[in-house]
Amino acid sequence: MALAIGCRARPGKSRDNKTGSWRVFKPSVDHEKCSKCGMCQTLCPEGCVHEDAEGFFDPDFMYCKGCGICAIECPKEAITMNQEEK
Amino acid sequence: MAETKKVCELFDCGHRACGGCGAALAARLVTQAAGTETIVVNSTGCMEVFSTPYPETAWKVPWIHSLFENAAAVASGIDAALKKQGRREKIIIMAGDGATFDIGMISISGAFERGHDFTYICYDNEAYMNTGIQRSGATPYDASTTTSPAGKCSFGNKRPKKDMPAILAAHGAPYVATASIAYPADLKQKVDKAINTPGPCYVQVHAPCCTGWGFEGEQTIAIAKLAIETGLWANFEMVDGKVTKVKKVVRKPVEEYLKTQKRFRHLFKPKRQDAEIAAIQTIADKNAEKYGLDIKLKKEP
Amino acid sequence: MMEITEGSHAVAEAVRLCRPQVVSAYPITPQTHIVEALADFVANCQLDAEYITVENELSALSACVGASAAGSRTYSATTSQGLLLMTEVVFNAAGMRLPIVMSIANRAVGAPLSIWNDMQDSISLRDAGWLQFYAEDNQEATDLHFLAYKVAEDPSIQLPAFVCFDGFILSHTYEPIDMLSQEQVDKYLPKFNPAEKLDAKDPISFGMYATPEYYLEFRYEMDQAQKRAKEVIAKAGKEFGTLFGRDYSALLEGYHLEDAETAIVAMGSICGTVKDAIDEMRAAGKKVGLLKIRVFRPFPSEEIARALSKAKRVAVLDKNISLGAKGGATAIEVRDSMYGSTIPVKGYVLGLGGRDIRKKDIKEIVSLCEKEIGDQFYGLRKELI
Repeated sequence: MALAIGCRARPGKSRDNKTGSWRVFKPSVDHEKCSKCGMCQTLCPEGCVHEDAEGFFDPDFMYCKGCGICAIECPKEAITMNQEEK
Repeated sequence: MAETKKVCELFDCGHRACGGCGAALAARLVTQAAGTETIVVNSTGCMEVFSTPYPETAWKVPWIHSLFENAAAVASGIDAALKKQGRREKIIIMAGDGATFDIGMISISGAFERGHDFTYICYDNEAYMNTGIQRSGATPYDASTTTSPAGKCSFGNKRPKKDMPAILAAHGAPYVATASIAYPADLKQKVDKAINTPGPCYVQVHAPCCTGWGFEGEQTIAIAKLAIETGLWANFEMVDGKVTKVKKVVRKPVEEYLKTQKRFRHLFKPKRQDAEIAAIQTIADKNAEKYGLDIKLKKEP
Repeated sequence: MMEITEGSHAVAEAVRLCRPQVVSAYPITPQTHIVEALADFVANCQLDAEYITVENELSALSACVGASAAGSRTYSATTSQGLLLMTEVVFNAAGMRLPIVMSIANRAVGAPLSIWNDMQDSISLRDAGWLQFYAEDNQEATDLHFLAYKVAEDPSIQLPAFVCFDGFILSHTYEPIDMLSQEQVDKYLPKFNPAEKLDAKDPISFGMYATPEYYLEFRYEMDQAQKRAKEVIAKAGKEFGTLFGRDYSALLEGYHLEDAETAIVAMGSICGTVKDAIDEMRAAGKKVGLLKIRVFRPFPSEEIARALSKAKRVAVLDKNISLGAKGGATAIEVRDSMYGSTIPVKGYVLGLGGRDIRKKDIKEIVSLCEKEIGDQFYGLRKELI
């Protein structure tokens, strides 16, 4: 694909970079404990946590880097980080 | 499988920030507060680099990067152009502490003195992180960086943090604030206020850096909170040069903050440096006095 | 309309007629009269622009970068120390493909500090990717601004442009100028309407960084744009001629060159002196001619080789020097253009720091060239060395 002169780009292509491949630890959300506060979505540096139709919050594992902020900050301790098997 | 509702993120996934990056979170929160009618001017630094390796850009608002030292001047030109074209987009500058406290001083001073209409957000991770953790004018006292390393003859950075909020308030900035990624609602509120205050406004956002400060990425928010709780970072607002709102805390000793980060490890190992820790405590105490940080506890009868 | 006006004022008027929306200004001798005149225009509602009094030249050009990226036609002026201070932005603006036009009132660079004319400033930035136009007189200085905007903003070019004219010699001299009217300029120069700009309606990221996979091609694209500029200049210059009677389609201008035995190559105001000297030499029977370079970037290599192909010898005048190399930039690039030819090319570094050049000096240089003496400083005061 030809270059965009001036080194410019329209939005969208960062999504080609699947940062989920960086992960060592993977978050797992316990819906029993989750109070649907949305703090995990607010604090995720990737912005990859999404609300589902029932109001629970799930990370998009294509992009989740497994940093663990959501697990530490969850007020209900509903998120655990487990080493991912590759 | 439950359907997912997607929030409109203006800072997209796929960027290359370290896992747990405070600055990445700041970029998300600021763009959420700003909305789509925004033009972002970004200085060279971590944020610019992790978000725009051609052709991958994480920005879903119009965005421009020119050089390291000139974001405020570029923003001045955009401000003039938008005025002449009768357009209403808001201008937000996003620059690190290196770009702001050091190399950008001249262009920032000029832009603030001329009174352009923009919001300047400094994401403060307290060193030149993108180039590998070097000391800036925002590096706190005794922090070890690669150009202010702790060693046999040194306790690290010898100088206190430059008071940028005061400098810009002195330029007549109508609204100046400090904020932290630890308090996202407060941060977004301040960004919103800055955007809607005509003239050059400044918000300095504390954005701890796990890679540069030496802690696990999952602790980013917790450490940002500790900075505030120990008084080493004060969250406040200044309107027309006067401090109007301050986040008060029941202060913890600075040691609780210092011991969480490798950049201060030399204050504890191999030997505890009581004099240095006391000096840092004094800095916190002075902040508390200056801004009125302490919650006055009721005296026991 | 004919008027007798100071070079700086003529340039300011030309810029005014181009309707820039944003002007950024930082004073530096000998450009100050330009920015002052523009400030006056704005203050008296004769120029509808935002005028930014920046705090230094780096910010002056940076403001232009922002304004241009946001879709406004923009302008600044500088020289010498100011140009060097903003060098980082000069490279940046070209790489970002922003069609900014900047006047350079050519001045020597320090150290030692000098406010007087030579061309070291703009010549030193010939690698940056800006188009470079050099004016012989104030009429050209004026007209080249209209041409510069038109070519810079052409969608196939999108490169910024310097319009260079000698400081003091041209900037502070009164000459008769045929100034175009607003109507005429509006006809020639359409509104600036870039395909891409900073706009919430179509968000684009400007100024991303390029990894080794892409950087080479970005620079190649810029070089290609420089090469295309020759044709775009020819077309825009011809249109100017058709509309207003002065043709700027050629990057070079020959004066008594066709049968010249000694061909002098020069740029800028010195060409006026050279032409007068040639008239006198011709009257005395000597076959001398001038090849004036009006566009230095893109460098008209093939055109120069062709134009000089019938001369017996070439004398290149340079009001600049690449210290440590074999002379000034023009001589080095002309010699390169003549590679393969047996015609001797001699360079003369002269007039640095405002040292005056008279007709007799030109005649002396022709004599030296005839004796195959050259590739040296001309006019050295031996008693000082």
